[in-house]
Amino acid sequence: MCLGIPGKIVTMHDTQGLPMGVVDFGGVRREVCLAYVADEVEVGDYAIVHVGFAISKVDEAEAKRTFDVLREMSQLDELEWMKDLTP
Amino acid sequence: MKYLSEYRDGTVARGLIAEIRRTATRQWVLMEVCGGQTHTIVKQGLDELLGDVVEMVHGPGCPVCVTPLEQIDKALALAARPDVIFTSFGDMLRVPGSDCDLLQVRARGGAVRIVYSPLDALELARKNPEKEVVFFAVGFETTAPANAMAVWRAKELGVTNFSVLVSHVTVPPAMTALLESPDNRVQAFLAAGHVCTIMGWTEYEPIAAKYKVPIVVTGFEPLDILEGMLLAVRQLEEGRHEVENQYVRSVRRDGNQPAQDLVSRVFELVDRNWRGIGPIPRSGLGVRAEFAEFDAERRFAVDGIHTAEPTICRAGDVLRGVLKPFDCPAFGTLCTPERPLGAPMVSSEGACAAYYNYGRFRSAV
Amino acid sequence: MTIVCPVPVAVTERIQLGHGSGGKMSAALVRDRFLPLLRNDILGQLGDAAIVGVGNQTLAISTDTFVVQPLEFPGGNIGSLAVHGTVNDLAMMGAQPRWLSAGFVLEEGLPLDVLDRVVQAMAEAAAAAGVLLVAGDTKVVERGKADGIFINTTGVGVCPANFAPAPARAQPGDAVIVSGLIGRHGIAIMTAREGLAFEAEVTSDSAALTPLVDALRERLGDAVHTLRDPTRGGVASALNEIAAAARIGIVLDEARLPIPGPVAAACEMLGFDPLYVANEGLLVAFVPEARADDAVSALRSHPLGRAATRIGRCVKEHPGMVVLSTGIGGTRVVDMLPGDQLPRIC
Repeated sequence: MCLGIPGKIVTMHDTQGLPMGVVDFGGVRREVCLAYVADEVEVGDYAIVHVGFAISKVDEAEAKRTFDVLREMSQLDELEWMKDLTP
Repeated sequence: MKYLSEYRDGTVARGLIAEIRRTATRQWVLMEVCGGQTHTIVKQGLDELLGDVVEMVHGPGCPVCVTPLEQIDKALALAARPDVIFTSFGDMLRVPGSDCDLLQVRARGGAVRIVYSPLDALELARKNPEKEVVFFAVGFETTAPANAMAVWRAKELGVTNFSVLVSHVTVPPAMTALLESPDNRVQAFLAAGHVCTIMGWTEYEPIAAKYKVPIVVTGFEPLDILEGMLLAVRQLEEGRHEVENQYVRSVRRDGNQPAQDLVSRVFELVDRNWRGIGPIPRSGLGVRAEFAEFDAERRFAVDGIHTAEPTICRAGDVLRGVLKPFDCPAFGTLCTPERPLGAPMVSSEGACAAYYNYGRFRSAV
Repeated sequence: MTIVCPVPVAVTERIQLGHGSGGKMSAALVRDRFLPLLRNDILGQLGDAAIVGVGNQTLAISTDTFVVQPLEFPGGNIGSLAVHGTVNDLAMMGAQPRWLSAGFVLEEGLPLDVLDRVVQAMAEAAAAAGVLLVAGDTKVVERGKADGIFINTTGVGVCPANFAPAPARAQPGDAVIVSGLIGRHGIAIMTAREGLAFEAEVTSDSAALTPLVDALRERLGDAVHTLRDPTRGGVASALNEIAAAARIGIVLDEARLPIPGPVAAACEMLGFDPLYVANEGLLVAFVPEARADDAVSALRSHPLGRAATRIGRCVKEHPGMVVLSTGIGGTRVVDMLPGDQLPRIC
């Protein structure tokens, strides 16, 4: 429960007291309610958006770390395979 | 797309698959309780790629699938009223009630509209003051903050023609109910990453401890699911049973506090009937008394609902992982995606629909 | 824990929107309600256009009705769509489109400047496609009965000798080629619809495909086995229909699908699969494997076909079924949808 995708906050404003913003999802833009991340985000940050609401700020450092660890694991796999070939 | 496409990298995926195979010394049974995760697993063919080491049981994680029949019937009754514009997320429109579905109500003249966000439904109410706008507030904990905000704003802005028909469910009680079941086979869980983005993972710690099951908070992209599976398998192999967080880029232990706060101001825990499973105490959300005027059930008289409950559909057994969809006598014959008997065949994330497509292929090659 | 199982009744006694979506319900409607009463050998072919003989000449006839909402969208309007749609149906059977008729149902209250823009677009589209609009009709209905404008166009084309692509001619060993980027029209329409409220740099690809068909015919002649324009129901539905008609299996390579970034992003947001999104200026071509490179380069020689690419192949296994090979080595079935794709939340 579930369909939340990451997007970049391009503008932030206030609509009658409710923090809102425009978020860009790889070329598609939509107005999104930022009330639940208002204290954490600024323009340029990425957020996960579900049914028109930002539910978390994407932790970019963690995202990079995870990905690097995963990528390393896949390279390890290649090294393993090569080990079997060495006489 | 940034923070999305990287998590679909084929090379990294194959590395993870290899690592899972190296780690597992036997076959393990895992369950994901999230329709979006089911979707990825089936879409990518992950359960076939790893079927010999990890059996994935698709749990009741699709809010579309578990919305109780009574709520669908109430929705249909409201949508048929001439003074109502009934708004909903798209995937609810084909879910069958006792007699028909929302699409058929629309065919008969009911005003049924798809919206992307509950705030869009509120906006519709403001633009159509002469109509009653009802929003079908369905979902797990992920969607509750959005639905709560729509009600909160309606009150704040003094909107008098907006209400919500609530059918919210929460994950931990369902997980506990499944674990309590005597024929439970699930040994570890992937917890839903966006549910936990809101709620954090503290609720899962007592479950992991009591039932000795690893619970890994997992994201939705192929690499997330694979990494979640790897972490779960490692725990199982090592005899650990902890709550771990794979989806670190979005989930923190305490979740999203402002969201939790608004949800508890607008909603309260209630008993809820899960379609195909039955009643689970304190597993749902209902509208608090202070917001009663925005509760469609209190605002409109939705009586005279007779829910028909015959017995062919085995959705309950499928949702608990006791029965594989293709063992159901109605599977693929009486029950198909075009003419679904039960909810898991309706939604593309439902276990039966997933197996329907996949099973046809395997028997054809 | 008690198991409660509801069995709803899934009988439809009325037409639903899904019957018009180009998926299984549409196919069932034609098969179960129209064909039994109207059947003849020509109609039974169920091709994009009907092939008829008049003396020595072979003609193609096709008809299509356009009910798109909104009437005007990025990249076109209902008028240009109405011309392109029928022209393309003729072209997919190998015919040279020559004449069109147009029937209009106008709703009381339609602003005349909207009508002018629609008709202007039709005139421009017809001229660019080299077809003459030779017959027309107009009716007006009461407010509320026609969504602004409905347009039916019927087209007649002349079939050249030795060029007769048809769905049943696709065969195992054929390459499946797509002439451009996938999913543009459907998403462009979505951006202009109320209720979803998003913006995207996506315009409809609505265009006449005749120049692409000409390029293929000149380079490959009768080696072009099958052509199809994947409109409503998207590439997936079109391929499923061909797989069924030709009794072959089709295997697609996910990594090769040319989906533009904003279309992919919009699909992520709505939970759509781009393979089911409508296109209006795209064709899929089935040619023998050995001619695949020729076909792609023929298409790329024209601006409309710049992004042409090979996306899959035909096999004799799993006849009637389309499967997709995913980026990480899995496979999944790409089935026909029962009705429309619905935006989802999970």
